[in-house]
Amino acid sequence: MTRNATRRTVLRGAFQGAAVTVGLPLLNCFLNNNGTALAATGAQLPVRFGHWFQALGLNPGMWVPEKTGAGYTNNIQLKVLDPFRDRTNIFSGLRYFLDGRPHETHTSSVQIATTGIYGAGGPSFDSNIADAIGKGTRFRSLEIAFAGRSLSLSRRSATVINPAEASPVALYQRIFGPDFRDPNAADFKPDPLIMARQSVLSSVSERREALTRQLGAADRVRLDEYFTGLREIEQTLAHELERPAPLPACKVPGAEEEAKPGSVVEDITKNSKLFAGLLASAMACDQTRVFNINLGSVGIRKAGSTFTWHTATHEESVDEKLGYQKEVFSFLTWANATFVDFLKILNSMKEGDGTVFDRTMVLWQTDHGDARTHSLENVPLMTVGTAGGRIKGGQHIAVSGDPYTRVGLTVQQAFGVPINTWGDRSNKTTKTVTEILA
Amino acid sequence: MTPMKNVFRIAAVSLLGFGSAQAADTMVPGVARRLTVEQYTRVIADTFGPTVKIGGRFDPDVRVDGLIEVGAAQVSVSSTSLSQYDAMARSIAAQVVNEDNRLTMLPCKPASATAPDDACAGKFLAKVGGSLFRRPLTPAEIEHQVRTAANATETVKDFYQGLSLTLASMLTAPEFLFRVESVEADPANRGGYRLDSAGKATRLAFFLWNGAPDEELLRAAQKSELDTPKGLEKQVNRMMASGRLKDGIRAFFDDMLQLAGMDDVMKDGALFPKFSSQIAGEAREQTLRTIVGVVTAPKGDYRDIFTTKKTFLTPGLASIYKVPLAFDAPIGAPDYWKAYEFKAEDPRAGILVQTSFVTMNSHPGRSSPTLRGKALREVLLCQKVPAPPADVNFTIVQDTSNPVYRTARDRLIAHRTNPVCGGCHKLIDPMGLALENFDGGGAFRTTENGVKIDTSGEIDGVKFADAAGLGQAIHDNPAAASCLVQRLTAYGLGRTPKKDETWVETQKAAFIKNNYSVPGLMRSLALSPEFYRAVPNEIKAAFNTP
Repeated sequence: MTRNATRRTVLRGAFQGAAVTVGLPLLNCFLNNNGTALAATGAQLPVRFGHWFQALGLNPGMWVPEKTGAGYTNNIQLKVLDPFRDRTNIFSGLRYFLDGRPHETHTSSVQIATTGIYGAGGPSFDSNIADAIGKGTRFRSLEIAFAGRSLSLSRRSATVINPAEASPVALYQRIFGPDFRDPNAADFKPDPLIMARQSVLSSVSERREALTRQLGAADRVRLDEYFTGLREIEQTLAHELERPAPLPACKVPGAEEEAKPGSVVEDITKNSKLFAGLLASAMACDQTRVFNINLGSVGIRKAGSTFTWHTATHEESVDEKLGYQKEVFSFLTWANATFVDFLKILNSMKEGDGTVFDRTMVLWQTDHGDARTHSLENVPLMTVGTAGGRIKGGQHIAVSGDPYTRVGLTVQQAFGVPINTWGDRSNKTTKTVTEILA
Repeated sequence: MTPMKNVFRIAAVSLLGFGSAQAADTMVPGVARRLTVEQYTRVIADTFGPTVKIGGRFDPDVRVDGLIEVGAAQVSVSSTSLSQYDAMARSIAAQVVNEDNRLTMLPCKPASATAPDDACAGKFLAKVGGSLFRRPLTPAEIEHQVRTAANATETVKDFYQGLSLTLASMLTAPEFLFRVESVEADPANRGGYRLDSAGKATRLAFFLWNGAPDEELLRAAQKSELDTPKGLEKQVNRMMASGRLKDGIRAFFDDMLQLAGMDDVMKDGALFPKFSSQIAGEAREQTLRTIVGVVTAPKGDYRDIFTTKKTFLTPGLASIYKVPLAFDAPIGAPDYWKAYEFKAEDPRAGILVQTSFVTMNSHPGRSSPTLRGKALREVLLCQKVPAPPADVNFTIVQDTSNPVYRTARDRLIAHRTNPVCGGCHKLIDPMGLALENFDGGGAFRTTENGVKIDTSGEIDGVKFADAAGLGQAIHDNPAAASCLVQRLTAYGLGRTPKKDETWVETQKAAFIKNNYSVPGLMRSLALSPEFYRAVPNEIKAAFNTP
């Protein structure tokens, strides 16, 4: 008699007291019907979080859907997101608060969006999420700067920047270079070289106390951060000495093609696809569960042009007939399409009976409501993806005048960060956006 | 606790060999600065020679209060950057012990290539350890490193690989990546602290040479000679006389003028075909050479960097400056720099019109009087220009096709009629507009969109007609000298001096009296007891814009 192996039958066997050992390789049929749990162990496939920061806002009046609540229709600037509409939440009416403090344009709002606090250096909220879901993966998080310069908005603390990768080739090397272990490799032998590396680094850790006692409070904190980083590397090496759990979706991509990091839109379009493919593979191989994309803005331009996207937002006239800035509109159309192409690549990487993107949620944030005037009102924000069913999509949520940080708090909670308040002064919030929680 | 761990503990407590008189829990205000990219590179070259290649990507240096040296006392490292440091360290260490280099770089040969050899490992690790950690290792530390190497060798069954991994761990260690300036109680200031001998040696060497202390300085530190005014003066005089002083001066001005920004300058190839990343590097070098030339000349006056006609050129720069200059050495030769003096009637004078300053403070496709004026105020005069207010319409500023406003001046004046904008633009535009004869790629021009460019302006009540006049006005502006003193002091201390530190005013007065001599100021700071007073480090949020 042939029977389909289902998760239920295997589990039933386990309940009846028989020790069930599942042989390798692990096949997709050992996933449960939703492809979300490993049948053999009952362990969940991981959830993943991505942060996409796209400075310079959106065209005012061209992105807010007319209808609020479920079943909205995308406005012209966000039409490109239609394929993901049932998994997208659009927030309108959010704002940043300065509370009378000076407005460092393109900076104050970024600080609030990432740390919840005006003028703060860190930690950024993605580090909290990485602590909640990223432990035990090879990379606690991966940071990428699309516009060539290695600017990262991700901070472990005020003094620890998580540096961003600007080159797809370099990122490939970091993830799939010599230190990568294929979780599906037939044989596994702990590498003595890794053991030796672990032992020499632990000889550094042993000096921790002697080193930190020499320093004042502030420097002691910085040295502690150093040792935390060192501990994470030691843990990664320890991890590499254990036989990895097989991951059927993990396929090692071929060597990365040479790319040209830079701030010209054509290069960014190409690089963003390369980065997306790499991240999709990295997540299918469970090398990371958190990524941060900084699309950047400084210097993004079209080849041969005397202006950049940023300077155009300030200096281009509003077209009298069209009612908006034409060049800025075209930059935004490009950026939003780049975002959607990025999501599509994650959504094309098969995992179980779904895709890598099924278990991912990407938070899209920006710095200004209207970049032309550096406005901090009605600043757009989106979530795309359900993170394996944690987030409910398909809604336009109009929250007039609420702090931008509300969504940051909600998302952190959804990923298991144990906080019930986030931000300070008027950017402080305790109010979760319950509508998006499944 | 197992006996083995206990041994490590005891070894660890005596490890550093300095400042051990303090109780463990006192909050001692020593300062730890992360090595900058330049310093890392230099220490590696000083230790292993120039052939060792440094691969990999460094964490970007962070600028706080205008200086990377101040930022270096604020930043730590993330696990991501630490793995980068670790990868770089393993690559450097592998080169040191590879078959080509081990004969020259190792002082001995192991008895067996597959087993530990404590004597040989100890010899090597003590030597390079002293150079990397910038002080002699204590016997306990050497013992610790030897044991580390022996363990690694036993694991991998290869002496050289075990040694290489141990060396890599030293290159990833905080004692190498951070310059810790150790302190002791200050007898002249009850309850306060000052740098101890080793701390002074570190501060001096990085301040004057931008490198690690040499053997003679370490010797003097060990003999406590730096604690007497006479002994300190002897070492400072020696260091000032050394050729390495120029490295220190260069490093300071590279930091103060934010010339690392040249790495990020991108120009549109269609509009500025002469500009390239090669030119960007040469422009940075040109400015440094010009400044070093001015300030190290006999009676060199700092303020002359804004007016000097003397500079150094490469074929590429000469082409941008449209200077007919014959170069004997072929392009690509190791040193094809040539000294050059602009003629009296040439509009070029001082560093403000050099390619570095005008291209760095421009947009990729055009010049920017506002960015240039802002940099002048903030970088050279240490004045803070507020960010533009919210809800401002900039449209008119750069609609270059507008038939009414053909030049940047027209557009900015139109913009300035908005009173909210006028306040700040009045501060920055007149200075930036004086540089409009130099386009976004550094080339000279007299017209924009067919209209003659008006370069007249004023700063703090002093009127000028063109860029040369602006240079002279900055030269004569007291804020320029004041800013130099403030930045050089902060650079040495790793922090911005507080307002109540009146000794900085004394330094400034001496600087002016001493004909604005930069080496003179460096010497005077290096001899000043206040320069070694330890002040608790304060962390400010360091954040860059997207």
